[in-house]
Amino acid sequence: MLESNKDSLKLEAMKRVVGLIAKGKNASELFPAVVKNVASKNIELKKLVYVYLVRYAEEQQDLALLSISTFQRALKDPNQFIRGSALRVLSSIRVPIIVPIMMLAIKEAAADLSPYVRKTSAHAIQKLYSMDPDQKEQLIEVIEKLLKDKSTLVAGSVVMAFEEVCPDRIDLIHKNYRKLCNLLVDVEEWGQVVIISMLTRYARTQFTSPWKEGAMFDENNEKAFYDSDSEEKKDQTEAQPYIMDPDHRLLLRNTKPLLQSRNTAVVMSVAQLYWHLAPKHEVNIVTKSLVRLLRSHREVQYIVLQNIATMSIQRKGMFEPFMKSFYVRSTDATHIKTLKLEILTNLANEANISTILREFQTYVKSQDKAFAAATIQAIGRCATNISEVTDTCLNGLVLLLSNRDETVVAESVVVIKKLLQTQPTQHSEIIKHMAKLFDNITVSMARASILWLMGEYCERVPKIAPDVLRKMAKTFTAEEDIVKLQTVNLAAKLYLTNSKQTKLLTHYDIRDRTRFIRQLIVPNEKSGALNKYARRILLAPKPAPVLESAFKDRDRYQLGTLSHSLNTKATGYLELSDWPAVAPDQSVRNVEVIEPVRNPDTLLIISGSESEEESSEESDKTSSDSGKSSSGSEKSSSESEPEQKKKKKMTKAPQKKSKPTANLCLLRFIPVFPMSLQVTTPSFGPVKTYELLHHMTGKGLSAKYHFSRQPCLYQPSMVAVQVILTNSSDHSLEEIHIGDRSPASLNIHCFNTIERLEPEASVTVSMGIDFSDSTQAANFQFQASFFIRPSVVHLFHYTFSLTALILCLQIFIITAPLRVSFSCVHLFAGRTVSSRALVLVSLELKESSTALLTINTEKSVMASMLLRDLKQALAQA
Amino acid sequence: MIHSLFLINASGDIFLEKHWKSVVSRSVCDYFFEAQERATEPENVPPVIPTPHHYLISVLRHRIYFVAVIQSEVPPLFVIEFLHRVVDTFQDYFGVCTEAAIKDNVVVVYELLEEMLDNGFPLATESNILKELIKPPTILRTMVNTITGSTNVGEQLPTGQLSVVPWRRTGVKYTNNEAYFDVVEEIDAIIDKSGSTITAEIQGVIDACVKLTGMPDLTLSFMNPRLLDDVSFHPCVRFKRWEAERILSFIPPDGNFRLLSYHVSSQNLVAIPVYIKHNITFREGSSQGRFDLTLGPKQTMGKAVESVLVSSQLPRGVLNANLNPSQGTYTFDPVTKMLSWDVGKINPQKLPSLKGTMSLQAGASKPDENPTINIQLKIQQMAISGLKVNRLDMYGEKYKPFKGIKYMTKAGKFQVRT
Repeated sequence: MLESNKDSLKLEAMKRVVGLIAKGKNASELFPAVVKNVASKNIELKKLVYVYLVRYAEEQQDLALLSISTFQRALKDPNQFIRGSALRVLSSIRVPIIVPIMMLAIKEAAADLSPYVRKTSAHAIQKLYSMDPDQKEQLIEVIEKLLKDKSTLVAGSVVMAFEEVCPDRIDLIHKNYRKLCNLLVDVEEWGQVVIISMLTRYARTQFTSPWKEGAMFDENNEKAFYDSDSEEKKDQTEAQPYIMDPDHRLLLRNTKPLLQSRNTAVVMSVAQLYWHLAPKHEVNIVTKSLVRLLRSHREVQYIVLQNIATMSIQRKGMFEPFMKSFYVRSTDATHIKTLKLEILTNLANEANISTILREFQTYVKSQDKAFAAATIQAIGRCATNISEVTDTCLNGLVLLLSNRDETVVAESVVVIKKLLQTQPTQHSEIIKHMAKLFDNITVSMARASILWLMGEYCERVPKIAPDVLRKMAKTFTAEEDIVKLQTVNLAAKLYLTNSKQTKLLTHYDIRDRTRFIRQLIVPNEKSGALNKYARRILLAPKPAPVLESAFKDRDRYQLGTLSHSLNTKATGYLELSDWPAVAPDQSVRNVEVIEPVRNPDTLLIISGSESEEESSEESDKTSSDSGKSSSGSEKSSSESEPEQKKKKKMTKAPQKKSKPTANLCLLRFIPVFPMSLQVTTPSFGPVKTYELLHHMTGKGLSAKYHFSRQPCLYQPSMVAVQVILTNSSDHSLEEIHIGDRSPASLNIHCFNTIERLEPEASVTVSMGIDFSDSTQAANFQFQASFFIRPSVVHLFHYTFSLTALILCLQIFIITAPLRVSFSCVHLFAGRTVSSRALVLVSLELKESSTALLTINTEKSVMASMLLRDLKQALAQA
Repeated sequence: MIHSLFLINASGDIFLEKHWKSVVSRSVCDYFFEAQERATEPENVPPVIPTPHHYLISVLRHRIYFVAVIQSEVPPLFVIEFLHRVVDTFQDYFGVCTEAAIKDNVVVVYELLEEMLDNGFPLATESNILKELIKPPTILRTMVNTITGSTNVGEQLPTGQLSVVPWRRTGVKYTNNEAYFDVVEEIDAIIDKSGSTITAEIQGVIDACVKLTGMPDLTLSFMNPRLLDDVSFHPCVRFKRWEAERILSFIPPDGNFRLLSYHVSSQNLVAIPVYIKHNITFREGSSQGRFDLTLGPKQTMGKAVESVLVSSQLPRGVLNANLNPSQGTYTFDPVTKMLSWDVGKINPQKLPSLKGTMSLQAGASKPDENPTINIQLKIQQMAISGLKVNRLDMYGEKYKPFKGIKYMTKAGKFQVRT
């Protein structure tokens, strides 16, 4: 039929071919017959041939070339639409041989009189780039030209091309910034989304933060801006009270009407722009529009709710008036329900908690059991966040224990357990109640939770706990591992607190299970000394688990992006950089002025204030790569190692590790225990020990400390300090503990009181100190007053430890003269402990064993101190 | 941006695929099927699914999944919004958006998709422009086409994309010039057990059908624009004029379009048009449950409540329902446990009721939650918020158009907890 000379027959044939393509069937053998029709006069036939060509040209490159001349002719057609569509198809044919032809066509089309053709050429740029990235430089030239275009038709497409080809060439935007802002309202809606997200990134690199303390927006300034639009005499970098850059204001003002767009994607992108760029008090205007989007389709709701969830964590006030819009309807899909629940939980405060709890009561009864379980967790979170209602929540949850549904009961047991832990006051009633229910519960997590509670608070329920244990002993072998483990725990704890009643029972379990516990609690077998620690090991006060939102860490991604939605970094995600401390020259946006744009990446001076997101990413990669190869990094042992191994270690050195053990019980127990994923430092290399207290001044007690360079167990923002206490007097010391500290705000995790220290004995204790990234000294009373002064290097979690760095340098300096060209730049990355600020160190080796050391960080004091320390270390090496 | 599109029907067959860049294998949909299997209900499939090399963003409409394949970072709403726009366009073209309709018009669908997206970036999504490029199939045109062999691709090339008014084509001509506006409001409410309102709000839209010759410039003003709290406009509306004077001023697209959607400020009390008396009980140990519903009009401002439809998802334990409606008909689906009662018009003198018993699974325990009741209804000639159009004027053309405004109130997500 395709060979026929009647158009209608050919058309019919082509329609069938397209039908085949749509179904995903292979129609490639028809290629020669179809290509012949490319020059047909019939528009529909031509279009269908185009569809076919675009689909199969890649597979049959030689034959596809036959059609090229037709397109080349069409590119010169007087009708702009024919020119446009010819370029569209030509650029869609993915045949590498025609790259030069395409390049030529794009360049011509970019200068075309018709904006439609120019728009098409902007699209073609992306296609060409994805086929042949080598053309980048030439394409950037075209983009630069097209960015100057004043047509609203072109703007969206060319910015899209910009984002795809050269998103880092911010300098191309400067001169077009104001034009883009002004055109924005008239650009078609899809283009708006792209432009807004590009401008968000742009603004974050070019303007100073409007969020500074005491930032005051000056209404007059805006008026002044209207008057002096082009002059801009104000030098806002020096002005003390924060004054917004007029261009920054321009962007905010021009995007605001777009909140009224019917396109949800546009509204969302404006919302994220305000969230990331606007002064805090102005962000609220997006609330209404976002709530409006909730009326839209299910999928839109899903994305919008995710974003609101992130926003509501940071700013409750924004969405509180609209709380009722987040009430769950029984017809919502489960993931919508859970998101709404999440938001309601985030919004809860003292004032509205009763309303929210009443609402939750309805949800708990829901037929959707997954949702009911989520509600219980939400109640738990409300209870921990708002202390006034903890008791109410607990009572409510206890009532749920008699629910018939298993998942609900199990979930409430787990949540109650967590709640009791955070508030270990008199709740023996509840524990008793739970003990009664114990027989009916079959979910192992819940059973284990109850057992744990029994053991933990066994002093409060002295009669019941042994009974439960007795019951457990009978069914022991049939239980799941987690339950078994807790049974053993319970037995051990009971033995310590209440040895009389349990003596008969314990041996059975213990023999059956771990040798470890037997060693601890059965006296005289091997190490009698352990016995006295057993009590502390098993009954040490456990830090309460933190119930927090799953959306807590999502704010690291730009709102409204795919990465945010998935909570992982999607391919091609561009990070939003932090505000620059000093605004780059604003005159670059003046259209008249032409000046070379400075590129902060090239700065190689030691600067304490610049932080470049781009370069940090790079160096992150490098350092983590080298970290792997150097076999230095290992996982934090206290968290990832199997139980059994852990125990062995502990028997060896129980004094030192008493704390981890206490945590251990928790770890097995609570799946939500905040796991830290940071790469930890290897502890090889010499550890420098400092004198804290000399035995002369300490009246016999001497103390030395060193930084263990391991992530602190107590809080991630703390620095772990190991203190070795030695008694060098001839009488035993008692009640060693930490007294007053200063400054009062200093957050210190003290060690437990050491009741007694025999003469000539020593003990190692670990402390956590939050230095808040400063170099201030931590003072505290310690029988006599003394202080620990952090040396700077210890405030970092190195992906590489400092020692490793120096080792590396040593090798390098030795070999450097031989192979300078091999690799002369070393990059290291780390984060400060408290504020997680990035610290980048790059070391460039020059000729004749000199080196250039660059440190990039936001903390300028830190930078200079680190520099000094490193210099010293290098000089020694 | 959007790499490929797959259409998947309820039974899990891929019945259409379209690629805008290089071809992505069908097997990428396996990840989608996996997620689909995990979800208990079709609505529970997550809209965004990550796979090792791609991301799948899907929407579900008319029991068809529209799955877009994405390769790199893109705002997910961008894709979702576009997919919905595709569905709207299909609906506009074929009247319905079903698998059969799409399969029958596969060529038109392909042409449309080709025009709507270039290299994965939306090109022409405005229905006015698309209709110029590709004529929608009508019965008459299909017949003519088969006889004469002509096509449904526009002979002339579109002008709309170039004009200052991209949403309106030039050279529109009508013998009867008409402009109709429908003000439709929906009440979203949750009513609790005792009949008190937990939350209630009004959302409204103004849909227009404008068939006017030439380039008319319309203004529409309200008696009480203060009621409108949050609005979103069709791109044709001049925003500055609204900000300053609260007047809608616009050059309308040709044909049907949504001029405005709005939210009525939450300070105003929402009138709830119906009340419901319910008594649904299950007794422990017995395999019978009682079901008793009565509907009545509440605040309707004298207007009749029509097309009332009550539906409820009964608990899983219910085997069957034996009910007796005083008017209308009811159905109970023993598989989905969905009870729906088509009431019709509510007569205030004789209130409609539905009474009877439900039989439960023998031995099953008493369901711990009573079902929620969803209500749909319509009230003609009234906007429940009280919004009124003041006047509609036309400038720019000389003829006198015929104007009409209709009001209607509907129940949106109207739920009663029992």
